[in-house]
Amino acid sequence: MFKDLFHKKKYATIPSGQPRTKPEIPEGLMSKCPKCGSIQFSKEIEKNLKVCPSCGHHFRLSAWERIAITLDEGRITEFDADLSSEDPLGFPGYASKVEAQKKSSGLTDAVVTGEGTIGGMPVVAAFMSFDFFAGSMGSVVGEKITRAIEQAHAKRLPMIIFSTSSGARMQESILSLMQMAKTSAALGKFQGDGGLYISVITDPTTGGVSASFAMLGDFNLAEPGALVGFAGRVVIEQTIRQKLPDNFQTAEFNLQHGQLDKVVHRKEMKPLLIKLLDMHSAKGETINGG
Amino acid sequence: MADELPFEKPLNELQKKIEELKKFGQESGIDFSDEISRLEERCKTLQDELYNELTPAQKMHTARHHGRPTSLDFIGTIFTDFIELHGDRLFADDLAIVGGLAKLNGVPVTVIGHQRGKDTKDNIARFFGSPHPEGFRKALRLMQQANKFGRPIVTFIDTKGAYPGNTAEERGQSEAIARNLREMATFGVPIICVVIGEGGSGGALALGVGNRVLMLENAIYSAISPNGAASILWKDAGRADEAASVMKITAGDLLGFGIIEEIVAEPQGGAHRDLAAQAETIKEAVWRHLVELSGMSPEELITDRYNKFRKVGAYRSPEPAAPAVPVIEAESAQV
Repeated sequence: MFKDLFHKKKYATIPSGQPRTKPEIPEGLMSKCPKCGSIQFSKEIEKNLKVCPSCGHHFRLSAWERIAITLDEGRITEFDADLSSEDPLGFPGYASKVEAQKKSSGLTDAVVTGEGTIGGMPVVAAFMSFDFFAGSMGSVVGEKITRAIEQAHAKRLPMIIFSTSSGARMQESILSLMQMAKTSAALGKFQGDGGLYISVITDPTTGGVSASFAMLGDFNLAEPGALVGFAGRVVIEQTIRQKLPDNFQTAEFNLQHGQLDKVVHRKEMKPLLIKLLDMHSAKGETINGG
Repeated sequence: MADELPFEKPLNELQKKIEELKKFGQESGIDFSDEISRLEERCKTLQDELYNELTPAQKMHTARHHGRPTSLDFIGTIFTDFIELHGDRLFADDLAIVGGLAKLNGVPVTVIGHQRGKDTKDNIARFFGSPHPEGFRKALRLMQQANKFGRPIVTFIDTKGAYPGNTAEERGQSEAIARNLREMATFGVPIICVVIGEGGSGGALALGVGNRVLMLENAIYSAISPNGAASILWKDAGRADEAASVMKITAGDLLGFGIIEEIVAEPQGGAHRDLAAQAETIKEAVWRHLVELSGMSPEELITDRYNKFRKVGAYRSPEPAAPAVPVIEAESAQV
């Protein structure tokens, strides 16, 4: 019973002088994939167009990162860079939040628009950025996208929009809602007059943006795994009182239900855009060989 | 009183007192007429004070009153010869949206509206007035038909929003709404929209791209319901009344923003107090706008509608645009 009490330890304890040091890893050197959990060199992920080398998860890109990998030499002639939000409702805390978002993202609002070339072919393009106010659409986003569509129309150029958004910006309530009608009406005019519009949907695109210009492409493309839907998952689960499957509202789910033309890997996106643009350009061969 | 809204309590109590006094006077033979007329006077002032200065939250409650007239109520009283038409020709007939042909002062028009249920059973069949994609597609089909035959379109907006369910997502809720917004902008016939109750988000706007948008005095219209906003802002859907006041959802607010053209007055206390009177004022307003629009060519109507929505937005542009547009290069090293 007391045997243990008198038992002689077979090892000696050494007081630790210093706390155990963690291996030195500089901040930002490694990144963890949110999907598969694998830890990779950030450089490796970036070299891979921010796609996880082990599971293929597409990390979110900011507008400028997207421009860099989409437009030739990453060059854009930016439109309306100086447009910025007002506080039309006098919404508590909105003005200061916009300022904070400008600082943290380095953007003036949730979209960058302009003209550039893809595979040498000129296009007007809009690049939304989720890092500004969750990509929400207020007056500035609506106005910049509408102006870009009007530019594409006037110059007879194709229009490409890379969408990512949480939806309408609540702090501009009814004015945000009307941006859905404004952008869609501009597309109606442009597309009705023979304009080519390619919509590229990226993670995540929901609410007022998915229910307006994002779904109106002559071609609707999306990145793998991107969340695309109208209502939020939680709201739907509360409505139907059921758990939804994991793949609900993914790009693949939408493809399966006939809402998208294609789910396209980030690496394949630019080559596909070039192909599509080429097939709509005047330089192709004609049936009569003329 | 089952129909009572919370803020109407003091008024109803006063009215009850007057009734009691009248009854007591009759039974006991004592003359209370002085007292009664004084009370009735006070009741009238209280009524005026209360209903003329409704807060946004009180308007929201009035717009949601269970007895508030629905699209079918107005279709039945404003128009004649209504022929309801069904189905989107693709999947189903969504009862959350009703529509068809009818005559307004003898003129054939296409009329479409969100339809809430009258009781629980009806509400379940109509998904509480929240449409699925097939509802929006039915509306689009009817509008295309109107456009083909050159008929004006009148829509009634009354929904909490598009139905948030898995089946709606599977069938392309986003696409259905988006397509309506785009197509409505291209029709060469007059479109007049009337927000009669609650205008909730994209589901409301999908019937709302008109040359003229009118709103009943106590109707509300917003990008997200005050309840939804409150749960996002303060994680508490119960603070909807508070959200209602910061979100600028009333007809007066929207007239100020230039989003609607006219506020249609309601009978004192709300549309549910007098359907016939309310229908008459709506009819007068819709007809007046229709007469105005009927002078326009299809192209003019499209341009008029485009310009109406084109100008909406509040933004700052610090300087007049500089002549030279700078070329900016994204740092390709980043990716």
